[in-house]
Amino acid sequence: MVELALPKNSRVKKGKTHPGPKDAKNVRKFHVYRWNPDDGENPSIDTYDVDLDSCGPMVLDALIKIKNEIDATLTFRRSCREGICGSCAMNIDGTNTLACTKGIDEVKGDVKIYPLPHMPVVKDLVPDLTNFYAQHASIEPWLQTKTVEPEKEWKQSPEDREKLDGLYECILCACCSTSCPSYWWNGDRYLGPAVLLQAYRWLIDSRDEATGERLDNLEDPFRLYRCHTIMNCAKACPKGLNPAKAIAEIKKMMVERRV
Amino acid sequence: MADSPSASRPLSPHLGIYRKMLTMMMSIVHRITGAALYFGTLLLAWWLIAAASGAEVYEVFSAHAGSWYGRIVLFGYTWALIHHMLGGLRHLVWDMGKGFNLRLVEWMARATVAGSVILTLVVWVIAYQMMGAL
Repeated sequence: MVELALPKNSRVKKGKTHPGPKDAKNVRKFHVYRWNPDDGENPSIDTYDVDLDSCGPMVLDALIKIKNEIDATLTFRRSCREGICGSCAMNIDGTNTLACTKGIDEVKGDVKIYPLPHMPVVKDLVPDLTNFYAQHASIEPWLQTKTVEPEKEWKQSPEDREKLDGLYECILCACCSTSCPSYWWNGDRYLGPAVLLQAYRWLIDSRDEATGERLDNLEDPFRLYRCHTIMNCAKACPKGLNPAKAIAEIKKMMVERRV
Repeated sequence: MADSPSASRPLSPHLGIYRKMLTMMMSIVHRITGAALYFGTLLLAWWLIAAASGAEVYEVFSAHAGSWYGRIVLFGYTWALIHHMLGGLRHLVWDMGKGFNLRLVEWMARATVAGSVILTLVVWVIAYQMMGAL
């Protein structure tokens, strides 16, 4: 359901300010969403002054610097620091992206950092992705076949393999799904752009033989058709993929199998 | 841990903190104009019923429609209709699986805004000319 206002326990208060070193010349303010599950308080925005002259170029570098040098209680996920694991997905400067591939110089003025939007918060910048992963599992993201197993591998022509380009690169960071207003309002029933892109990745795989069942599973006013082509997903994707187009292709397959 | 951690967890901010992008706004405006068209259809029904009910009844409608506030509402209705129609054409292109290139998406959004304003003005200029007011 559309609920524009945040629930009472989620309203964000003003938090603490951590001034940086006095001799720093190149200081940038970072406003970071904080929530501690142990103190019973509402979320707040803490402000950190970061000296960019002694900081790496990416937003993730600044977060790590804050955690190492200013406030060890700041909590966030990160791993590969090169845009392939998807762990550091968060809302930076108003859009969802990976902190490790977002340059601090891409942001004008203060840097505002929130967790992925409209998600239950575990702590600070860490969202609970349980529902997202369960939805991914629901589309059965693996090869399904009915014919007898070949002696060696399942073969695929280069042309058919090309159809997976722009789909297999998805790292399931959830930037797209949590940028989507339809997913915000109906995330319990709508599968969202990331999972639907994955669904399409198996639908058009020439080796997969469960196409009909996969389409049956998606033919639902909510699971697929809550996509209204708002396009936030394609704009957010840090890998440059286009979930909106993948969803449109699924909708086309739904029509084509009827005629 | 609390008894039910998921129940006590706050919901992260969403609409209030997400950057307002033209494409996203176009989607919201498409909804709003769509809803406004229901209201516009009632006006249309009023017009037809008034026309079928004789000169006196039609005179009442005509007085409202021709007043300054009536013209503002009709102008808004014209714009909503054209904006929603152009939005519908955009969706038709998308339903064919085309027009998903991000630059094209941006261009189509801008063209819809510009087109709806221009076409609305064209309709009104023609209407006023037909009434002999220009």
